[in-house]
Amino acid sequence: MSADALVRLQSRTVCLPERNIDTDRIIPARFLTTTTREGLGRHAFNDWRWREDGSPDPDFPLNRPEAQGAQILVAGRNFGCGSSREHAPWALRDAGLRAVVSAEIADIFRSNALKNGLLPIVLDEAVVDALLAQPGLELDIDVAAATVTLPDGRAFGFPIDGFARTCLLEGVDQLGYLLRQLPHIQRFEGASHAR
Amino acid sequence: MSSDQATNDQAPNDPAPNAQAPNAPAPKTLFDKLWDAHVVVPETADAPAVLYIDLHLIHEVTSPQAFAELEARGLTVRRPDRTKGTLDHSTPTTPAQADGRHAYYTADAEKQVETLRANCAKHGVELFDFGSDHRGIVHVIGPELGLTQPGATIVCGDSHTATHGAFGALAFGIGTSEVGHVLATQCLLQRKPKTLAIEVEGALAPGVTAKDLILHVIGAIGVAGGTGHVIEYRGSTIRALSMEERMTVCNMSIEAGARAGLIAPDATTFAWLATTPRAPRGADWKAAVARWSQLRSDAGARFDRTVRIDAAAIAPTVTWGTHPGQVVAIDADVPVANDADAQRALDYMRFAGGAPVAGQPVDVVFVGSCTNGRLGDLRQVASVLRGRRVHPRVRMLVVPGSVQVQREAEAEGIDRVVRAAGAEWREPGCSMCIAMNGDLVGPGQLAVSTSNRNFEGRQGRDARTVLASPLTAAACAVAGHVVDPRTLSRDAVQEHVAQQHVAREHAAQEHAA
Repeated sequence: MSADALVRLQSRTVCLPERNIDTDRIIPARFLTTTTREGLGRHAFNDWRWREDGSPDPDFPLNRPEAQGAQILVAGRNFGCGSSREHAPWALRDAGLRAVVSAEIADIFRSNALKNGLLPIVLDEAVVDALLAQPGLELDIDVAAATVTLPDGRAFGFPIDGFARTCLLEGVDQLGYLLRQLPHIQRFEGASHAR
Repeated sequence: MSSDQATNDQAPNDPAPNAQAPNAPAPKTLFDKLWDAHVVVPETADAPAVLYIDLHLIHEVTSPQAFAELEARGLTVRRPDRTKGTLDHSTPTTPAQADGRHAYYTADAEKQVETLRANCAKHGVELFDFGSDHRGIVHVIGPELGLTQPGATIVCGDSHTATHGAFGALAFGIGTSEVGHVLATQCLLQRKPKTLAIEVEGALAPGVTAKDLILHVIGAIGVAGGTGHVIEYRGSTIRALSMEERMTVCNMSIEAGARAGLIAPDATTFAWLATTPRAPRGADWKAAVARWSQLRSDAGARFDRTVRIDAAAIAPTVTWGTHPGQVVAIDADVPVANDADAQRALDYMRFAGGAPVAGQPVDVVFVGSCTNGRLGDLRQVASVLRGRRVHPRVRMLVVPGSVQVQREAEAEGIDRVVRAAGAEWREPGCSMCIAMNGDLVGPGQLAVSTSNRNFEGRQGRDARTVLASPLTAAACAVAGHVVDPRTLSRDAVQEHVAQQHVAREHAAQEHAA
C-alpha cells in the first residue's frame, strides 16, 4: 500500500473559516520555482502563517499549539479556487494534512488532491459551519463508508467518486491504470480522424 | 445587475422540451460533440472516462515533476508531436544581457528553465525557447501559431488553458500529475462535467471591452458559479467579438470556477486561423473548415443551466476585493460589506464600502498576461497613452504576450508610444500577473492590472490588485488614480469604438462570403 492510501482518519480539526481560499494563499507563486514535490509544507499558507521577518504569527490557526498534529482542515466554501498548481496539495500533505472539509471545493484542486492522498470532503454548509464553530473537534473519517463521524456520534455522508475511493483505499496509482488502457488508446489513435 | 437572470429552466432530468422523432439523433451541445469525439473508453459508475488529448502545452513551472515521474518509471513521451513547450512563467522580461544570457530572479527559476530544456531535448518535444520567434505566454502562442484549432482537446498545467476554448476547442487546466498522465499516454481520466450556457445579448457601450464583460459575468454568477461546469458563451454580443476579445472572455472562465469556456467557431475564427503558420493548408483547410463549421450547439440542445446577461447594462468594470467575483462598475460605489469575508477583503484593499474605487491613488499599472497581452490590447493602451504622460506616481509595465505580439506592436510603433509616455516596454512573459519572475508589486502598493487574479499576495506580498481592462488601466496610469476611461480618454474610446466597428464589419463580410 502506498503512502497515499487512506482508509480511516481519526484526527482533530484545524479551521480556516474564510471562504474562497485560493491556491495563491495556500502556496504563493514565488515558491513554485522548484523542480521537486518535496519540502513545500513550510510554505503552506506562507503569507498568513509567517510574518515578514520569518517568525510565526501566533494568531494563525495552524500555528496554535492545539493545532499541532491536526490532519483535517475545515475551511470556508470554495476552498482551492484559482490556479492548477499541484504544489497546493503537495504543500498541505507535506504540512501533515490528509483531508480538507468544505461546503464546496474547486474542481482542479479536488482533482489534484485526490492524486496525492489528500481527501477532499464536501459537506452541507450547515454542518461545515458547525465544525468551523468548534475548532479541534475529533473527527472519525471512514473512506470506505464515505462518512464523517462527530464525537457526539452523528455521522454525515459525503459524495466520493467510486474510482477515487478505490484509489484512496488501495493506493491505486492512476498513471498505472491509464497505462493499462494503452491498447484502447492505440485503437482510438488508429481509428479516429487519422491521428 | 437586475437585468441578469439566472435560470435553471433546463434541468438535466427534464424530459426533452420537443420530443424527437424516434430515430432522430438527440440534439447535442458543442461540449457534447467535443467530448464524444474524444472518448477512448466511456465512463462508468466505477471509472472515469479515458479522454484523448490532441494538444498538450507545457511550460517550465508545472512540468519538471511530471518528467521526473516518467524518468522514475522508465517511460517516454508518447506523442512528442502533440506536445509543445514554451518559457513564460518564471522567465525574466528584461532583455538579454550583453553576453546573451538572461538575468533570472532566482537560481531556482533558471534551473526550472534548464530542466524544461533538457526534458524537451531528451524527449524530442519542440520548445519555443529564448531566441524563438514563437516564444510567449502559452495561451497566446497556441492561437497565434494555429496550434489551437476548433474541435481539439487541449490541456496545459495552467488553469488559464480555458483561453483556447475561444476557438471551439475543449481546453482546460490540469495538475502536474495529469501532465505526467498526458505525457505518458496522451490521455486523461475525466468525469463528464455539466454544461452552463451564458447568453449575452446586445451591444457593448463605448469604452466597454471584453474584459469588462467577463468581469461582469463573474460578478453575476460568482467565483464558484461555474464549478463543475463547462461554460459555452453564446449570443449576439459574443458573436460580434474579435478572436482576441473571445480569448479574453474564455480565459477567465476559471475565475468563475469553470475549468473550460467555449465559443462556437465561425467566420471570425476561420479568418484568424487562415493567417496562422500551422493551420491546415489547401484541400486540408477546406475540409477542416467544413468539419469545424459543424461545431456548434444544435437547436434544442439542453444545457444544465442557463444565465442571461444584458450587454447594454455593462459599464467599465473593476474589482474592489480579493477575488475576481468582487466587481463593481467603475462609476458606482463599492458595496458595503455584508459579511466577514467581504470586510476582510475591504480591509486588505484599504477600501471602504459605500465609496467608489475611482479616485484611489495608483502606484503600479500592469498591462499584459494571457488575459490581455495581445496586439489589440496593446493598441488600446497606445490609443490612451499617445501624446500623454504616465503620472509621476505610477510605475507602468507593458508586457507583450509573445514575441509575435511584441514584433507586431513594435512595427506599429506602440513601443515608442509606451516609452514616450514614461512606461516600461518589456520582453514577453507572464510577468507581474503571477509575479514569480521578479516583476513584483511592492507591499501595500495599489496595482491596476489587466491580468486575471486579484487574490491576496498574487502580485507580491501585501500587494493590492484592481483588475481592469487595458483601456481602464492605461487611463489610470495617466490619471495617477483609478478613473473611468470614458472621462479621460474620449479619443481612445472613439478609437475603440471604431476598432469594434471594423471588426464587426469584417466578421459580417466573412460570414456573408
